[in-house]
Amino acid sequence: MYKILEKKVLAPSIFMMKILAPRVAKAAMPGQFIILRVDEKGERIPLTVCDTDANEGSVTIVVQTIGCSTRQMEGYEAGDFFYDFVGPLGVESELISEDKDELKKLKIMFISGGVGAAPVYPQVKWLHENGIKADVIMGFKNKEMVILEEEMKSVSNNVYVATDDGSYGFKGMVTNQLQALVDEGNHYDLVVAIGPMIMMKFVCKLTEQLGIKTVVSMNPIMVDGTGMCGACRITVDGETKFACVDGPEFDGHKVNFDEALNRSTMYKAEEAVKNTETYCAAGGIK
Amino acid sequence: MDRMKRTPIKEQEPKVRAANFEEVCLGYTVEEAVAEASRCLNCKNKPCTSKCPVSIDIPEFISHIKESNFEEAAKALDKYTALPAVCGRVCPQELQCESKCVLGIKGEAVAIGKLERFVADWARENDVDLTKEIEKKGKTVAVIGSGPAGITCAGELAKMGYDVTIFEALHEAGGVLQYGIPEFRLPKDTVVKHEINNLKKLGVKIETNVVVGKTVKIDELMNDEKFDAVFIGSGAGLPKFMGIPGENLNGVFSANEFLTRNNLMKAFKSEYKTPIRPGQCVAVVGGGNVAMDAVRTALRLGAEAHIVYRRSEAELPARVEEVHHAKEEGVIFDLLVNPIEILGDEKGWVKGMKCVRMELGEPDESGRRRPQAVKGSEFIIDCDTVIMSLGTSPNPLIPATTEGLETNKYKCIVAEEETGLTSKERVYAGGDAVTGAATVILAMEAGKKAAKAIDEQLSK
Repeated sequence: MYKILEKKVLAPSIFMMKILAPRVAKAAMPGQFIILRVDEKGERIPLTVCDTDANEGSVTIVVQTIGCSTRQMEGYEAGDFFYDFVGPLGVESELISEDKDELKKLKIMFISGGVGAAPVYPQVKWLHENGIKADVIMGFKNKEMVILEEEMKSVSNNVYVATDDGSYGFKGMVTNQLQALVDEGNHYDLVVAIGPMIMMKFVCKLTEQLGIKTVVSMNPIMVDGTGMCGACRITVDGETKFACVDGPEFDGHKVNFDEALNRSTMYKAEEAVKNTETYCAAGGIK
Repeated sequence: MDRMKRTPIKEQEPKVRAANFEEVCLGYTVEEAVAEASRCLNCKNKPCTSKCPVSIDIPEFISHIKESNFEEAAKALDKYTALPAVCGRVCPQELQCESKCVLGIKGEAVAIGKLERFVADWARENDVDLTKEIEKKGKTVAVIGSGPAGITCAGELAKMGYDVTIFEALHEAGGVLQYGIPEFRLPKDTVVKHEINNLKKLGVKIETNVVVGKTVKIDELMNDEKFDAVFIGSGAGLPKFMGIPGENLNGVFSANEFLTRNNLMKAFKSEYKTPIRPGQCVAVVGGGNVAMDAVRTALRLGAEAHIVYRRSEAELPARVEEVHHAKEEGVIFDLLVNPIEILGDEKGWVKGMKCVRMELGEPDESGRRRPQAVKGSEFIIDCDTVIMSLGTSPNPLIPATTEGLETNKYKCIVAEEETGLTSKERVYAGGDAVTGAATVILAMEAGKKAAKAIDEQLSK
């Protein structure tokens, strides 16, 4: 059982939780994820690590309620327990193993969409701690949904917030913001994009035109997260890869996004049924 | 009574069981078990024992059943095996103990597996306590993986007085017994849970949700956590795919995914949250026990279920009993058929599978006749789900994160056959992680041998 140490609502339907999991806290690196199971009857869901505190033994995750399990999680408070919490899973961000002096020469742009700001944060923070400053574009639906802006500002060079409706920051999509920055004469050597698959697809389309190398963090359906089932398989450069063990980060220009988007809808009908069942609609049973 | 004939055993009616996940074989009653045990000739040279990978004294435990002394029978089994309720159910006895039974020459071999199962079930239902006082040795062993190899190794070491901790990646202990073999062959809440509890009674600690290689590395276990030895029983859980077009369409699964969703995550029970979708018509590609488990699971979830296998019935690697059960339940066998492409509709879902007919050519090195495609025989199987059951290989995670741990070209860990010792000092390995996908009982044998070798090493 894994204790919830802290819970904070960041935006409507987005909340942050600090979970006591000392082994994970000690081992996790930026880019990795965990798998969580709420209770005995729960499913295993993957969530990215947003922050860790090895001394406290805690791991921070940020969750958006989109379905049955996340809605159930929303009903949990500090002091409650989750059944299972396993990780860190996946390969750490490529940046970590690269030469730091070489990295300092690069102009790196991170792009996050919605709750994707959470997995972007530990990477930018890690770079910051190693003396490397990156820029960040954070895209949100509207002002109300903006999260982690202050945290991100404290570890990065420039933060550009974009909202779809223009209620805060730049008006438009993250791709419009990136294009605008490039039009102003800014140059970037590397883009790291994390967010909804559709956003990552369009970022990749743009950066391909702009000729900027782009890394994406794929978020397909997962079950075990350890490489034993292949539920998370995606096609990269014509080859089948398991996102849980080969990724989740891949060269965005080589990912078959249409296939990945299609595979992510596999259980739409079943999920809709689960969502309407009373124990889920009730918002969580502890 | 005809001594040459087996005492029949009750099973659920095929039509009834094809719609539920209850165990198919209902097991012997006390009277039936005693009757079946009475057939045993109590041979002096015990040919049956010679073919049991963990060398159970078979005539001994059977003789106790004959006398209706089931507790003694349980104790006799406990000397050799940690998982009698499991092995009695899933071992391929027809290739092992029962293959050498003298009665089998002219009639039917004694139902050794069913008797083993009877004793284990009786002991569980009657709360037979097999624990003894154990003198502690003050030394610790880490066991990676809680499948049959790890369970056996941990159990043996605990009985010798070692302080054992098992590290398991999933949230439930049991390995393939939990995620792979379905309820209708191996009930989880009764049989598997009980075997795991027996292990805990011996003092074995089980830490679930630890992926060794990610959460903690073997070198850290030895250097920082001060384990005196490590046994790797991480199995062979990496699924193979065919590499044919269409394999990533919606509706194509590995058997591991399909079975994990159903068995470990209990997707067949509506109150559990993990979804599963078998569709209307399922084609399972492969002919092993895993393929039989997947096809019978799909059938129980309401689909029309096919086995698609490239050789003929005689070559099916699955147990004869399972093939027989599958047929009785209504599984359709498409034999001498090989898929070449999975076809999708405009929305990216499976709508069929293009196959070719096969014929058997000359025997290959393994002695099996090599299947060859018949020219111009392409045809389409209409189906909306495809489950690939082509075998598995060991996960490279542990070797990749453990310095000095040697593997072979099949990514199997290299270990001495008699001791399980790897290329790394005080690190042992056994089961599918070493051999590639094999059987429960062979993994147990390896776990047992390694436990003996670890004891010898640490007693020096």
